Amino acid sequence: MRSRIVGYIASVFYPFCLVFGLYVVTHGHLTPGGGFQGGAVMATAVALMIVSGMFTVAVREKKVVRYKWCEALGLLLFVALAFGGMLQGGSFFHNWLANAGGCFGEAVAAGPNGGALNTGGTIPLMNLAVGVEVFGGISIILVTMVRAMKENRDG
Amino acid sequence: MKTLLNIFALSVLGAAMLGVAFRLPYGEPEQTHMDDYFLLNAQRDTGANNVVTSIVFDYRGFDTLGEATVLFVAVVGISLILRRTHEGEEAADEE
Repeated sequence: MRSRIVGYIASVFYPFCLVFGLYVVTHGHLTPGGGFQGGAVMATAVALMIVSGMFTVAVREKKVVRYKWCEALGLLLFVALAFGGMLQGGSFFHNWLANAGGCFGEAVAAGPNGGALNTGGTIPLMNLAVGVEVFGGISIILVTMVRAMKENRDG
Repeated sequence: MKTLLNIFALSVLGAAMLGVAFRLPYGEPEQTHMDDYFLLNAQRDTGANNVVTSIVFDYRGFDTLGEATVLFVAVVGISLILRRTHEGEEAADEE
């Protein structure tokens, strides 16, 4: 059953849900949160679309293929960043971007401080990779389960 | 008789476990070298203010790789179990 009120409110909250999830992911090295939590928040937006009855929009085959790409590319990026440490002469998962001055490489003062986004080395990038992976993975789980439920109901 | 024996065994076991649990010093660990190292050096080593994230994604990145792989395998399993099995829809499912 589809309610216009629920559908309208879900369509209003959908982008905010995505943006908040992205905020949790990108500020994972500064504030509580990180890739897993932010990815789950972003997948909540997909769940919102499903429960609001906009199932046909969220579930088109194209979108599922996009979620699959998200998941696979997120995990690949994560492993590639870990291997990057080996290429730079360190160990597996060596943080080769930290304190290097470049991308996310600013040094951070010890002790409590306001925090700058351009710090953390590979940690923000890994957060992003894991966030994209978790978003894709949980979205696939939701969409697949709802589709199977619908198929079961329709016979 | 058997019930009494069970109750007796359970109470002895529970008392032993509780006794050990209450003897453990809570909040005052004896070995704090790891905690002190993380708190003192995490910001300088990784450049991240959030020490928990720096442990999860840097010091113990392997653990996170395992977690991500577990999620990946779960997704693969769910989409394998709940895949379309009707003959007619196979063509539409190809990507």
